[in-house]
This record gives sequence, structure tokens and C-alpha cells, in this order.
Amino acid sequence: MTAPAIERTEASTVGAAPAAAAIGIQDLTVRYGSVVALEGLSLEVARGETVALLGPSGSGKSTALKAVAGFLRPASGRITLAGRDVTYEPPNKRGIGVVVQNYALFPHMRVADNVAFGLKARRVPRAEVTRRVTEALDMVGMASYARRYPRELSGGQQQRVAIARALAIRPPVLLLDEPLSALDATLRADLLGELQRLRADLPDVAIMYVTHDQTEALALADRIAVMRDARLVDLDAADRLYRRPPSEFTASFLGAANLLGARVLAACAAGDDAVEVAVGGLTVAADPTRAFAEGERALLVVRPHSLEVTAVDHPDTLSATLTATQWRGADYRLTCVLDGASGQSGQSGREIRIDVTDLAEVPALGERLGVALPAEPCVLVPAGVAG
Amino acid sequence: MTATLTESPIAAEPVPVPVRASKARGGASRALWVLPPLVLAAGFFLYPLALVVKQSFVDKNEHVGLDVWRDVLNSPSFGDALWNTVEIAVLSTLGCLVVGFFLALVLSFVPFPGARAVGRIVDTVLAFPSFLIALAFTFLYGTAGVVNAAADNLGLGEPLVGFLYSPWCVVLAEITFYTPFVMRPLLAAFALVPRDRLDVAASLGAGPLLVIRRVLLPEAWPALAAGGSLTLLLTLNEFGIVLFIGAKDVTTLPMLVHAKGAVTFDYPGACVVAVVEVALSLTLYAVYRFVFSRTGAGRAGLVA
Repeated sequence: MTAPAIERTEASTVGAAPAAAAIGIQDLTVRYGSVVALEGLSLEVARGETVALLGPSGSGKSTALKAVAGFLRPASGRITLAGRDVTYEPPNKRGIGVVVQNYALFPHMRVADNVAFGLKARRVPRAEVTRRVTEALDMVGMASYARRYPRELSGGQQQRVAIARALAIRPPVLLLDEPLSALDATLRADLLGELQRLRADLPDVAIMYVTHDQTEALALADRIAVMRDARLVDLDAADRLYRRPPSEFTASFLGAANLLGARVLAACAAGDDAVEVAVGGLTVAADPTRAFAEGERALLVVRPHSLEVTAVDHPDTLSATLTATQWRGADYRLTCVLDGASGQSGQSGREIRIDVTDLAEVPALGERLGVALPAEPCVLVPAGVAG
Repeated sequence: MTATLTESPIAAEPVPVPVRASKARGGASRALWVLPPLVLAAGFFLYPLALVVKQSFVDKNEHVGLDVWRDVLNSPSFGDALWNTVEIAVLSTLGCLVVGFFLALVLSFVPFPGARAVGRIVDTVLAFPSFLIALAFTFLYGTAGVVNAAADNLGLGEPLVGFLYSPWCVVLAEITFYTPFVMRPLLAAFALVPRDRLDVAASLGAGPLLVIRRVLLPEAWPALAAGGSLTLLLTLNEFGIVLFIGAKDVTTLPMLVHAKGAVTFDYPGACVVAVVEVALSLTLYAVYRFVFSRTGAGRAGLVA
């Protein structure tokens, strides 16, 4: 995508407090009949900020986005845009740009007409429409495709057009609902990079990005809201959430961490730097995310790439048996079962995954290995708490 | 594996394949399959139709010529019937398109309890005989019908509704009966429109009417045209509703065929009107096929 900076937004901020969040969600609940699709969500997105709603299918992330867009009527709660209450306003009055997974382009209109649709709906003068359509298509590198129909474009090109269409109306808020999910892996990676560049060109636009892909969330979001079972589990800056996940679910969903069963050896307070825990037969220092009592069961968060494989009789290592090997091009993923440990990872409760890049010889299945924990303290989260 | 192209010394002599004989047998087999439907079509449809066409050129005195055609086409009753037929069919079709589009829109996009049941009722109406609607109208709007009886009980005096025997009642009855023929293809077309597309259109600032006009209508056009064309064809040939309502001065071409054939026993005259009716239908069908092949609806499977 080329990048002519977009002009500031046309947000209607009449009556808004100067510090009002671009998107404000207070205690939002959405129901489909008797099914609660979203429960008690509270979240704010500042102007120029990108917040990713990350979670598995059915976690309520798309429901939250649709409620903000006005496509769903909430059962309770409040939605504000720049301080203006829009909870029960129809979508066409909200001035939000929306991009969805399946592009939702109008098949009977050419690319330029698709992009012009929102401008014409707002009765923008014809000359201005032409200028803005060109500008939006330039932003996504699709200017030369203006005369084509959507069916004549690839999936990635259609999604670029959908983004241009959403940006043409210069929305103060952009909602992206799994925009890369329908694309193949290569296109997804390309478009992710382009979205990052686009983000830099839209300094004033608040973006809510719904995804189940942690890579997209980490690459694009300033903050990540982790969702599960219609509820918000954790919300924090993307890097902090990755490095210091506050809950078991976030640790496993964001970065697919191993969760090793641990026992706290000495009580610690919430702000303490470290606490000693017993893992398998080892005593290691851990970074507590809250206060822990002595003897309390907890989980040590260990990323697959931070574990090391050693000889089985190496001191200060956990012993394990290799059960599966997966070559992934850049590295190997080894799946092992810890000997006699009470870890939480995997189906058996003792399974761990190790990502190894420099493996001189691939160990045979069933071979016993030593597994070394990282030197720096791992994060300690409460056991059995979803968040 | 290496492939060798040299001839194998133990290769058997190629067996001559009787290509022509095989093709001939295939052709005979195909002919056997095609023959029964052809015989049926010829015996039960084309031959009677040919007899009707032939009879239209033979007058009561068994003279062959164009006299019968001249007499019928010049008669005021034929002109009136042709005009009534076209007028009622066009008005009914327009009414069906408007009502059918609206109802299909509501059923597809406005969720309400019982929407599925209403859809099933629509399907059921397609299986009803058309005169049933006319009969129901008589019970409802007749001089002693439900509406007028209720009005009388309320002391409103004169029959409140008196349009039962007017052309408008025929139009209304045909709209009632044929609207499902427009709705069915529309419901199928609307079911294929992704909800996201309408949502995104709304988020871009389009109100409901603009979404319908700019997004939904272009996508529904082939289904709308298919349903409308079918309805026009059927209403041109509608007989049961017009006969049962018995509206004064409302003679359509099918009614004229009936009157000439069964009342005045003017078979040659009935045949002329019937041939005109068939020609009208075939012309309309040809236009329908032509338009659809040009608009691409045929590629979408809407033209048989």
C-alpha cells in the first residue's frame, strides 16, 4: 500500500468531553434469545489507539464489535462514541467504518462505486467523491483497479477495497472483524504488514480489531482484550499481556505457553519481584502476578521457545520423554511428557512443548531428555482460574 | 520407471473395434429413450394444438379461409377481451411485484416469531387452485359476505363493500393468489444475500431505503423478473378467478374461448381466440427468455 496520509476525521464530537474515549463500552450485555453472547463488557478505546479483541470462537468478540457498530441491539449497557451515547442509534447514524471477514463488497458495483457508496449515501458533492475515492484507493494500492468488479479481484485485493471503502468516509472509529481470516497464509502475512503501515497513516483513528489470531493481535494492537465465554478475561498492553499474563487462559491462548504445575514455597505479596516455587524436583524463582500463600498450588508460565533440551542426566533439569516431533522449517517443535511432574499443559496434564531452532540431531521418539527452564524467573499465575 | 514405446513381441493382435456399429447402437438406444416423450408430447399436446389451429381456419360451412379470423378479430367482444386480459394481467403482476417484494423483504430481514410458519403458508398457497381465492372473496366481500354483514350489524346501512363484481376485484384476487409466485424466488434470492453486506452498507451511512434500492434490489432483480414474468404469463391465462367472481363486463380471452366454445358453440371462433392466446403467451415467453439470456439470469439458473 502506498501511503498518502489521510485527512483528519469528520467525527461528530458535538457535546463530547475533551478527554472522552473514541469508543466507550460500559457493562455491555448482548443476548440471542436466552443465550448470553456477551456479558458485562467494559472497555475504552482512545483516539488513535488500536485495541484487539482476542479470543476463541464463541468468546463474544464479534458480538461486541457488532454492538458497537449498531448491528446488534444490546440487552443492557451503554456504548459511546467520543462521549456521545449511541447505544440505540442505527448504524447509519454512527459514522463508523466497518470491515468484515468476507469483504461484503457490493458485487454489482465496480470498485470505485463500492468505495464511493458511503460518500454518496452522505450526499458528498460529486467532485469531492471522486477525489476521496481516488485518495482511499491510493491508500490501499488499488487505484488501478477502480473500474473492475469485485469478482475480478483476488481475496486480498477485495479486502483492500473493503478497507478503502471504510476509510473513504473518514471515520473516527474503524472496526475490523477478522479481516484476514478468509485469506491464505501468504496473503494474510502481506496484508498484516500493510495494515501496520496503514495504522501509521491513521494517527487519529481508533481501531477495534477482532481476531482469534494472536499474531495479528500482537502485531497491530496497542492493547489486547482477551475474551472467553462471552466475558472479558484480561485487558492490558499487548507486550505486557504477552510477557506477564495475569491468568492461565491468557497465558495459554496468547503465545501457547506451557503451564507447569508448581507449589509456592514461601508466601509472597502482590508487588513482590520473585517467589520460590517447587516444579517437579526443582526449586526455581518465579515472578508472581498476585499474592500467593505458602503451599498454594500455582502454574508456572513457560513459553515453548524459552525451554532448552539437555542431556537427561544434566543437573537442574526436568526429565521428560519425547512423544512427538514436528519440523516447522525454522524450528522443531518437540512434544514431551514430563516424568512424574504435575504440569497442567496438554491433555495428559504432563505434556509440554519445546521449540528448538538448533538441533544437531533429532532425538528419537521415546527417547528421554533433560528440559532446562529459562534462567530468568518465569511468570506465576493462579491455578484453575480462567480469569 | 521407464516407459518403452517399442512394440511388444507378445502383444496380441489389436481387436478391430466396430466404431460405426457401436455408434449406431448408441444412437438407436438414445432414440428409444427420446421416442416415448416425443410421442406423448405429439399425441397429447402438439396434435390437439394443431387441430385447434386448423379448426380456426374452417368456418361453420366447412369452408377453409380467413373468414373466421376476420370476423373474430373485427368483433368488439374480442377487442374488449384482449384489452381486459392485458390490463388485468399487467395490473395484477405489478401488484404482485410490489406486495411480493415487500412481504419477502419482511420475511427475510425483519425477524419476528412465526416468520417460518408464514413462509410455509406461502408455499402452501402455491398448491391451491385459483378459484378458491375467488370463492373466499365472495364469502368476504359479497353482498351477503362477512364484511357487509358486519357493516349491516353496525348499522352502516348500504353494503359497505361493493366491488366484488368489478375488474378491481379480479385484480385483487389475482394479486392475492399470485403474490406467492413472486415471493418464492425472491425469498430464495434474499437468502443468498449475506447479512454482512447490508450491515456494512448501513454502517457507511445508508438508511434502510437506500440499502434496499442500491444493495438489495440489484441483487434481487433476476428473481424479481423471473417471478414477475411467470406471474404475467399465468395471469394472462387465468380463467378460474375471472369465472368465479363473475365480474360484470369483465371478459378475458380465456373467458371468451369458454363462451364461444361452451355457450354459443362457435368452435371456429373459440379456436381463433385460443390461437391468439397461445401466440400471446409464446411471445411473452420468448421475450422472457431473451431478456434473461441478456441479463445473465439464465446463467444463474433462473431460466429453465
